[in-house]
Amino acid sequence: MGRKKLIFLGALVAVLLAAAAFAEYLTPYDPYAQDLANALQPPCAAHPLGTDRYGRDMLSRVIMGGQTTIYSSLLLVVLITVAGSAVGIVCGYFGGKLDAVLMRISDVFLAFPGMVFAIAVASVMQGGVMNAVAALACISWPRYARIARSQVLTVKSMPYIHAARLSGSGTAKILCRHVAPNIAGPVIVTAVLDIGTMMMEIAGLSFLGLGAAPPTAEWGSMMSNGRSMLQTSPWVILAPGAAIFLTVMIFNLFGDTVRDALDPRQRKRRMEDGPVA
Amino acid sequence: MRNYILHRLLQLIPILLGITLLSFVLMHTASADAIDVMESNTGTVMSEEEKAQLRKELGLDRPLPEQYVSWLAGVLTGDMGESFVSGKPVFETFVSKLPATICLTVTSLLLTVLVSIPLGILSAVRQNRVTDYVIRFFSFIGNSLPNFFVSLLLIYFFSLKLGLLPVMGSAGGWRSIILPTMTLGLAMASKYTRQVRAAVLEELGKDYVVGARARGVRESRILFFSVLKASMLTIVTLLAMSAGSLLGGTAIVESIFMWDGVGKMAVDAIEMRDFPVIQAYVIWMAVIYVAVNLATDLLYHYLDPRIRLGQEER
Repeated sequence: MGRKKLIFLGALVAVLLAAAAFAEYLTPYDPYAQDLANALQPPCAAHPLGTDRYGRDMLSRVIMGGQTTIYSSLLLVVLITVAGSAVGIVCGYFGGKLDAVLMRISDVFLAFPGMVFAIAVASVMQGGVMNAVAALACISWPRYARIARSQVLTVKSMPYIHAARLSGSGTAKILCRHVAPNIAGPVIVTAVLDIGTMMMEIAGLSFLGLGAAPPTAEWGSMMSNGRSMLQTSPWVILAPGAAIFLTVMIFNLFGDTVRDALDPRQRKRRMEDGPVA
Repeated sequence: MRNYILHRLLQLIPILLGITLLSFVLMHTASADAIDVMESNTGTVMSEEEKAQLRKELGLDRPLPEQYVSWLAGVLTGDMGESFVSGKPVFETFVSKLPATICLTVTSLLLTVLVSIPLGILSAVRQNRVTDYVIRFFSFIGNSLPNFFVSLLLIYFFSLKLGLLPVMGSAGGWRSIILPTMTLGLAMASKYTRQVRAAVLEELGKDYVVGARARGVRESRILFFSVLKASMLTIVTLLAMSAGSLLGGTAIVESIFMWDGVGKMAVDAIEMRDFPVIQAYVIWMAVIYVAVNLATDLLYHYLDPRIRLGQEER
């Protein structure tokens, strides 16, 4: 049951990724071609999701926007996972002053309300999807550093680490070959579970006008541009909104399933749980 | 005990220094400063001399370290300076924005607790039955909806279609708080329902519950007296953390509903590069962060005296 679910959701994620990667070939119209004669058309046969105020086909823009939103959030998650765990591994393994300093720094970042800090960074760097990614990466790495660090603290005293050291492995080799693979599980689970949230945050920054710049199709900025037309042409908002919702939901379901598959403790507990009460 | 609290409060100092310095440097790396933003916003072209004059008045022409130190000295003597934009004292501006944010924090936390605790318990007690599946389904949906989308959907249905509630601003009296509260409450309640369910399920599987059942203790008594009390630990931590981030103002929701709180103030100040206001906000956030962590630790100790203070994971 669990395995089938994982394969099914994995396939859905693959379809989303493929659709985003080949967005250029899937769009029925040019997502940037304006056609003012057909502006703000409600959904019809020619334009299944309607058109926006410049007469651009919403379906094409939603497909194109998926490319921006999905790949930038994936990039963000990879970035913070790698950077955060690297810091966490170093802190946990070496301890001492370096650890104290890095953890205080992560305290400072954690003390900030994520979104406001991202807004500050993004506004200093003046828009652009890549800058939004950088801004969110700045605030999101400490959580990964914390997780990786606490894992390293337990792994560090394991007999196989001592064995590796006794057999003459250098520190770098121990960190890469023995520590990193053994803490990967919880870090990867967190990362996969985070994709949906990160997608919402990137879209949120774009919604505030700090992510993707106007002509670029991106779900958050499409919704922001449609705000004033909420009453007269709600499809301008509903189409990208539904796209974000469905994509985030698929990634969240996928994340939950991956967690269940990678975390045997939880699976076991689940099997032990009979119906309660 | 008192030493412990004192020790934790002392931790505030490095965090405060770090965080204010960070925001200071960040804001000064921006290519445009407050004067440039003012110029482009008002649309009037200023000469370089006028700009230089204004910069001099605001102290923006001095070297960075000097600016930071003089700001810091001001704060230590209780003077947070004046806003670059409005010219009003920062402290008063900030305090005037607080009630709106606190109001929204209280209502949305209340809504969250009222929805998520009963639903979470119900879901756990009816594990793997229809009720459980329905509750989990909805909490899942709530978790996948970005709050700006929820805000717009709520505005669309309640304000534009049904005409029941005001669209934005605090002008509509108490009714204008309903939509932002619902937006924030929906997201948090969805998250919390899952957490409450997990916490209650974990407790229900413990030996003392089996023992109590074997002794014939009523199920409702086990649930409300033992299990719920034990699960409170998780719930309280989460609530404290949410309270912290809500008190910081929810940038997006406050801006969409034009809710005049500290979150919107921060976003506006960032846009205008209004350093003194940004710094006041940043201090507020650091204080909340430390206060929330301290409060959680003390509550932990109170709810479960086995947890010794100062033993928290570092």
